Amino acid sequence: MRFTRPAGTNGSPQGLPGISTTGRRAGTFCMLLIVALALQATRVQVFQKKELDHNSANQRATIQRYSQPRGNLLVAGQPVTGSAETGGRYAYKRTYTDGALYAAVTGYSSQTYGNTQLEGVYDDLLSGTDPRLAGWAVWDAVTRQQQPGGDVVTTIDPAAQRAATQGLGNQKGAVAAIEPATGRILALASTPGYDPGSFAGTSTADQAAWEKLQDDPDQPMLNRALRQIYPPGSTFKVVTAAAALANGVVTDIDAPTGAPYPYVMPGTTTPLNNDTGACDRAGLSLDEAVTLSCNSVMGYLGVQVGLDRMTAMARNFGFNDAKLDVPVRAARANFDTDMNESQLALSSIGQYDTAATPLVMAMVAAGAANDGQVMYPQLVDKLTKADGSQVQLMHPTLYRQAFGSSVARQLQQLMVGVVENGTGRNARIPGAEVGGKTGTAQHGVDNTGTPYAWFIAWARPAGSAAVPPVAVAVVVADSQADDVTGGGLAAPIAKSVMQAVLGR
Amino acid sequence: MAHAAVRWRATWADPLLLPIAVLLNGIGLVVIYRLDRNTPNSEAAPTQLLWSTLGVGLFIAVLLLLRDHRRLQRYAYVGAFVALVLLVLPVFFPPVYGSRIWITLGPLSFQPGEFAKILLAVFFAAYLAAHRDALALTGRKVLWFQLPLGRVLGPVLLIWAAFVGVLVLETDLGTSLLFFGLFVVMLYVATARTGWIVIGLLLSALAAVGVGWLSPHVHSRVTEWLHPLASIGAGQGANQIAQSLFAFAWGGQLGTGLGLGHSSLIGFATKSDFILATVGEELGLTGLFAVFLLYALLVSRGFRTGIALRDPFGRLLAIGLAALVAIQVFVVAGGVLDLIPLTGMTLPFIAQGGSSVVTNWVIVALLVRTSDLARRPVPEEDA
Repeated sequence: MRFTRPAGTNGSPQGLPGISTTGRRAGTFCMLLIVALALQATRVQVFQKKELDHNSANQRATIQRYSQPRGNLLVAGQPVTGSAETGGRYAYKRTYTDGALYAAVTGYSSQTYGNTQLEGVYDDLLSGTDPRLAGWAVWDAVTRQQQPGGDVVTTIDPAAQRAATQGLGNQKGAVAAIEPATGRILALASTPGYDPGSFAGTSTADQAAWEKLQDDPDQPMLNRALRQIYPPGSTFKVVTAAAALANGVVTDIDAPTGAPYPYVMPGTTTPLNNDTGACDRAGLSLDEAVTLSCNSVMGYLGVQVGLDRMTAMARNFGFNDAKLDVPVRAARANFDTDMNESQLALSSIGQYDTAATPLVMAMVAAGAANDGQVMYPQLVDKLTKADGSQVQLMHPTLYRQAFGSSVARQLQQLMVGVVENGTGRNARIPGAEVGGKTGTAQHGVDNTGTPYAWFIAWARPAGSAAVPPVAVAVVVADSQADDVTGGGLAAPIAKSVMQAVLGR
Repeated sequence: MAHAAVRWRATWADPLLLPIAVLLNGIGLVVIYRLDRNTPNSEAAPTQLLWSTLGVGLFIAVLLLLRDHRRLQRYAYVGAFVALVLLVLPVFFPPVYGSRIWITLGPLSFQPGEFAKILLAVFFAAYLAAHRDALALTGRKVLWFQLPLGRVLGPVLLIWAAFVGVLVLETDLGTSLLFFGLFVVMLYVATARTGWIVIGLLLSALAAVGVGWLSPHVHSRVTEWLHPLASIGAGQGANQIAQSLFAFAWGGQLGTGLGLGHSSLIGFATKSDFILATVGEELGLTGLFAVFLLYALLVSRGFRTGIALRDPFGRLLAIGLAALVAIQVFVVAGGVLDLIPLTGMTLPFIAQGGSSVVTNWVIVALLVRTSDLARRPVPEEDA
């Protein structure tokens, strides 16, 4: 900035600077004020931008996030979610076509309470901020172009999902169904359920619905299929049988196992009791022990296999994996790694500290069905942009090779025996070969709680030698029924889920 | 029309002043109109347009009626008196947003402090022009300062103290800061006494601490300035300063585009005190720099006029008016940008506020008038 000198002379008496000089200095000072403003603006708008944009009290990011419809979750090609205009500051909120049916799959997306499960894991994609959605990243940044939200294509089979939810009905429980050859999750149900759409917005009604769900003692928002572990009871005997066969403890399923009766647990004076008198003799074969669900034989075999090899076999099916992400993280199923032999005997029949999610027990059935190859369970087939073009395709991946195909064949034979002649007869399907295992797990102080009724199974069309298209695990907890058994309560639900898949 | 008036009555005037004023006024109207669309039942833009028209009318009137700025020198004391009355008046009216700076007459309300600042600038210019030699040369030397004689400085200090007293009573910190700044700048320009600046700064620091101590209103402003985000941590949500900073930050370098920001989150006063936040959010740092540049041009043209003029009154007047604009921009923009404590004042030409727009048009009219004389190639006989 140059200020021209005045044409005329002006009094600068006593050598003091005149107005020309002081004026120029004052002018410079005023310019400095404006420069200070520009510097401060740069500081705020450039250097502090990120920090301020992400401040918890800054609503702008939230407003932007809800300014467009959210991407959808798809089941069998059809969206099970949607978006509705709110008319408020947050323009769009989440809706669900059948919220209660798919709640265990979708989770929820609420403007007030956040995002969980698939809605949470793929939030960036669904809300359009995932960088993979951008067409021209630099240009979009300049124009602040928002990308429409992408879609998540799930692996869920709507028929199986409906069968699972209807089968559970008013009982408290969960179902997980897997396609054994790929690990794709076909059904994931948890009851009592909830409607994730009921608290998607910010109104007082949303708040009331949320608080009611939170206060419900039945915990309807708990995803029992993924996030809750139960003692698996006798269904765990499939794992014990697999360990016995794979480690050569049993070589012929029809030969006597050598288990004594009564079987007094090592280091104790307590015999391991059976639930049925048919088991109360020595000289039972593995086939008989599994079909009749004999505790004494399976506890004995678990101890014969040994802690390390039992733990290794349990790990093959997802036990003790704290990061089993489908991609929603499942709760850690537990098989203790530090036990004495009596504890091992109890653990081998699915009691003591052994506890599993329905997902992990479905992996047990699926591993047996898929020739010992346990596939990584996954809930998502692919991610797409709003126009349907592919963002990411999920490939089936092997989780663990649990055992070889000869062990698998023997295991399948044992499980078929359970359904044909044993405790699982309620799961028989005409025109199909079904293999399964029941479980009735004690819990509570002195085993006073209503037992958990379990059933795990797989099924394939009769006469087919292919990998069964479905494996399922069902748990019914706190049923109102008088006689709680896995075969009575859980097997019919598993049967209808498998029928739904086979009937496709 | 205003241009015709300039061509006719102030042929040699600085050609940049009028376009800059029109541009700034236009930006203001656009932003206010944009904010209207966010506020239901709000018709601020048409009202502002009306005031702007009135302002341009006054601009023309000043150019037509005032052929030579030196005539103003005669009315200096009358002006100072009127200004004082204008400033005292609002004390008798109810406070608005904690400040007694409004006069409300039925549907009309205006801020007399806005008009008073021109009158005060005229008075300072006239008085200092008349007494600058006495102020500069006489007086005792204390330490290394040359203190002026009491009888010379007395009237100025008295008037100034009266102004500031009134303003503090009305809890209008912004305007008192503006007047104080104006006073110090003009005093320095007239006398070249650096010592006075030091005294002025010391006085202002004392006053600031005193007022900050005594007035809870001012005290909270200072606290908010130092810790703009503290209320968030305390669970009380974001205050206006924080919201203003959020708006600026969201704008980033290029802005969201007009109408696509969310400056309405600031709450009230988005169109007046906080209008710069909307400019920053929607036009970005780029737009903000453009606005700052316009102000810088306007101010520098004012100073240039003052330096080029030959009569002391005109020089001081032009410099005073330019400094007035600069300080006001700094106080307002610095407030919303959290550079200095927030004081409720309007951004010249851009912010909503009838009195402000009209006053600023008069300021530009006076600058145009003085610049005409300054740039005239051959001084006329009466010059």
